[in-house]
Amino acid sequence: MANHSLALRHQFEDVAQQKDASTLGMWIFLATEILFFGGMFCCYTVYRSSYPHAFGIASNHLEVLWGAVSTVVLICSSYFMACSVNSAATGYRKALVGFLVLTILLAVAFLVIEMSEWYLLYKEGLMPGVNFTYKGIDPGHVQLFFCMYFAMTGLHASHVTIGIVILIILAFRAYADVFTPAYYTPVEISGLYWHFVDLVWIFLFPLYYLIARHLQG
Amino acid sequence: MAEHIVTKKQYAYVFVILLVLTLGTTVAGNMDLGPFNVVVALVIAVIKASLVVLFFMHVYWSTKLTRLVAVSGIAWLGLLLWLTLTDMISRGWLGVPGK
Repeated sequence: MANHSLALRHQFEDVAQQKDASTLGMWIFLATEILFFGGMFCCYTVYRSSYPHAFGIASNHLEVLWGAVSTVVLICSSYFMACSVNSAATGYRKALVGFLVLTILLAVAFLVIEMSEWYLLYKEGLMPGVNFTYKGIDPGHVQLFFCMYFAMTGLHASHVTIGIVILIILAFRAYADVFTPAYYTPVEISGLYWHFVDLVWIFLFPLYYLIARHLQG
Repeated sequence: MAEHIVTKKQYAYVFVILLVLTLGTTVAGNMDLGPFNVVVALVIAVIKASLVVLFFMHVYWSTKLTRLVAVSGIAWLGLLLWLTLTDMISRGWLGVPGK
């Protein structure tokens, strides 16, 4: 019973209720996150509908292959996170640590790909405020596109970075055998956060990389 | 609520569908579908997002209260987009003097 009392806080009836409360709390946080990113998606929608041509030209400066690879890397990472939750729920400590490490490695790979893309855009002179030398059609609105691109992928990348820190802490705690099938709520709700980060990228990828691919001449 | 543990196999099915849809959206993005490029891209993104929310994030098995919060988050985003876009679209409809 000692282990059980460690897992269950006294204000809850049982472990299931405690877990439901944590899940609910995390979802309320995620609802605020939807609106946090939602404001930027709304801004994107307004500007893209106002300047579709300039956004198309600007979008074709992004490498669609790397966008697709990033998407696959994040989806794989999300899958491994889901496997971590399964391993925690079924009590396989080694598998849990292993899957968490895989999740972290793919998250780092995602950031490396994204930062390489940013560096290439910087070298091309497409980073507003730092190095912007684009002199083609409609430079003002192309600059607007890249402002939004860096703001939104930047906010997303900061979420990935926070996620990596959370996952590293989880991996250490899992290694120390803190989690049991009766108590693995931290793994579960960190998983929710991680899938949310994946979710945002699922929308960022088509909206930034794919919108004007078919117009490329 | 009875605890539901999703198996690795179930996750793997969702994972494979997500990969196929990523390939699909990339291929569709390179085809010329006229105004439907955006529609196809967004429909695929919404399907992928729904799969992630329902199965990876366990909303399919979660309590009604959790579902309500998830849906309300999306509903408020809908409100934000709806009210902003109705303003955007209808702004030029009336000739306002001095505009």
